Amino acid sequence: MRALAAGPRWVHMPTPLYFDNNATTFPAPEAVEAMLPLLGEFYGNPNSQHALGQKTRHEIEVAREHVAALLHCKTTEVVFNSGATEGNNTAIYAALQARPDRKHIITVKTEHSSVLEVVRSLASRGYRVTELNVDRSGHLDLDELKNEISGDTALVSVMWANNETGVLHPVGAIGDMAKQFGALVHIDAAQAAGKLAIHLGEELAIDFLTISAHKFHGLKGCGALFVRHGTAFEPLLRGGHQEGGQRAGTENVVGIVAMGQAARLAHLKLDQHVETMRKMRDRLQRGLLDKVQDLVFHGDQVSRLPNTVSVGFKFIDGEALLMMMDAQGICATAGSACRSGSMEPSHVLQAMDTPVSSIHGSVRFCVSRYTTQAEVDELIEKVGAIVARLRQMSPFDTSAATAETGPSDAELEQHKAWFARA
Amino acid sequence: MSMLTYTDKVRDHFINPRNVGEMPDATVVGEVGSLASGQALKLYLKLDEGEKIVAASFKVFGSPGAIASSSALTEMLFGKHIDEAARITAEEISTWLGGLPPEKMHACVLSMEALEAAYARFRGIELDAEITEDHELNICRCYGVPEHKIERAIRDHNLTDVAQITHFTLAGGGCTSCHVDLKQILGRVRAEMAPPPPPTPTATKPSRPVTATGSNLQKMQLIQEVLDREVRPGLAMDGGDMELVDVQGTKVYVQLHGHCNSCSSSSATMKFFVQDRLREMVDPAIEVIDTTEHAAELHAPPMR
Repeated sequence: MRALAAGPRWVHMPTPLYFDNNATTFPAPEAVEAMLPLLGEFYGNPNSQHALGQKTRHEIEVAREHVAALLHCKTTEVVFNSGATEGNNTAIYAALQARPDRKHIITVKTEHSSVLEVVRSLASRGYRVTELNVDRSGHLDLDELKNEISGDTALVSVMWANNETGVLHPVGAIGDMAKQFGALVHIDAAQAAGKLAIHLGEELAIDFLTISAHKFHGLKGCGALFVRHGTAFEPLLRGGHQEGGQRAGTENVVGIVAMGQAARLAHLKLDQHVETMRKMRDRLQRGLLDKVQDLVFHGDQVSRLPNTVSVGFKFIDGEALLMMMDAQGICATAGSACRSGSMEPSHVLQAMDTPVSSIHGSVRFCVSRYTTQAEVDELIEKVGAIVARLRQMSPFDTSAATAETGPSDAELEQHKAWFARA
Repeated sequence: MSMLTYTDKVRDHFINPRNVGEMPDATVVGEVGSLASGQALKLYLKLDEGEKIVAASFKVFGSPGAIASSSALTEMLFGKHIDEAARITAEEISTWLGGLPPEKMHACVLSMEALEAAYARFRGIELDAEITEDHELNICRCYGVPEHKIERAIRDHNLTDVAQITHFTLAGGGCTSCHVDLKQILGRVRAEMAPPPPPTPTATKPSRPVTATGSNLQKMQLIQEVLDREVRPGLAMDGGDMELVDVQGTKVYVQLHGHCNSCSSSSATMKFFVQDRLREMVDPAIEVIDTTEHAAELHAPPMR
């Protein structure tokens, strides 16, 4: 990797073993190549009428076609923005304004904070908010949704795939149920794009859908919101006629063009990419099972993303594990988030009723289509050694502790059964 | 989370911890924490005939901070007499490491508690009940923290909000459902802790009883020693004196007497001088609070 800026930290940084692809992904070389002219000679404002401006306008519209193809929707249903956080905010406020007489919002406990914190802030502004529960495998209960939803429900906002566990929600069934009650449906597909097929045809009852470019090998700071034709829409940002008046502000041309290329690749080679990710993930999971004792995989092992492994190593601390991995160039994320410096157990794993002792040794490994077999093998080797070292340091006789805390036999059986199927 | 929030020394002691491992011929072992509470430490000490620590080692389960502070403690203990060693505080371990982030103080508290347990066992002293095995009695069920531990942390470290309680004990760092209880305990304990003496203009040279709890007592004695040695002789030459009124966590309450009492301009200077000495010799976090009622201030407007 080329040095961006000379500095001791960068110079001494080893080639990373990157397993944090739900946080962000390696920008596809094709995407980077496509955007380079826009950082130089083609710097026109796409809203200008002259030729230089119209060149970038053209590039944006090509990108829009690629994104529409990825989502299987119309180009006029794609609104470019700054990413999934903006998309989620926009969709939620737009939906509530489109249903002004309704005062109820339904979402799920395991949503991303860019949905949860928005709806929670609305709870103090006269809205009733229902956060659906999930079971131990991370699934919501459609019956609970049926009980909660009513003619007062303005919006149902659910993520397609969970960022921490990769567990998928049945967005089709959720959409159908919402439609029966006239509620609008918003799907946060930030983790789904590029990892599974998204067909926003007529049969899928989704009104708003959010994606983020850097989650599928585009650049940070760029995303898109799908707004279905005929859905009443109010922009979040005003002050310009860009994006058909749906999102004011001069377009992030560079980001949009890179996103277009990333979308093109994700659409064209989806099957191949999914196959690569699945293979690497399974190799990783199998390797960890073989190498490390006393671990638990979180979330449903069948209905899930092809790239995500959420694993809890018992008897060790996740932050210690992560820091030791970091010292060896491994990039991953812990099951606890660092908020204002302190380690808070993940709200997703908590909602799944995962024991706190297991949450603390949790790490999320996420592969991408660029992940190689050699990288996976090196990761397994290093993680195995680090876990062994930390457990050696532990004052507990871990073999004795297993007997006390262990539903792990049943869990292992479950995993083995799944591997037999896969 | 970032490795950047830790000092180089913390990182060094985390990646290359010193003195890890069991010690079969240890003189005494101190053990605290549990799997459920997310951190645990077993501290092994070997003492010679003169009760000097000649070897220290540990086994630990916990965060990078817990590993680093255990490692640091074993280094700090080496060569010290057991009585001197027992005076090491959580804050001193943090300082030795170049400062642990405030939200990681529970790691230093863990080290200090293991040391305390070892000392108590060596001297045959009964300690407060260990972390209760009965899950129902814990205030924080996520980390298994009982009330007495929370109470002690509030007193020892002069904690003022729930976030600080989490930083020092981990209580409340999980599902947060115990925050209501923590607030209640905080309110009660803060009320019980003697507030700084209110100004009583009519009182003539009030002498207040010196109060302290737990390990605070040792700290208070140390502070008194520093005052006696470094501060009071100088004041006496000018016909004044300084009294140590109270110590609460890192707050040191003092009162000026005699000549100094009437001289308001010098009292601020005095305060910072005393504070500097105490910070250097006792605890870098110390804050000196002057509770003296200045006679001059009562009658004349402050000079500008």
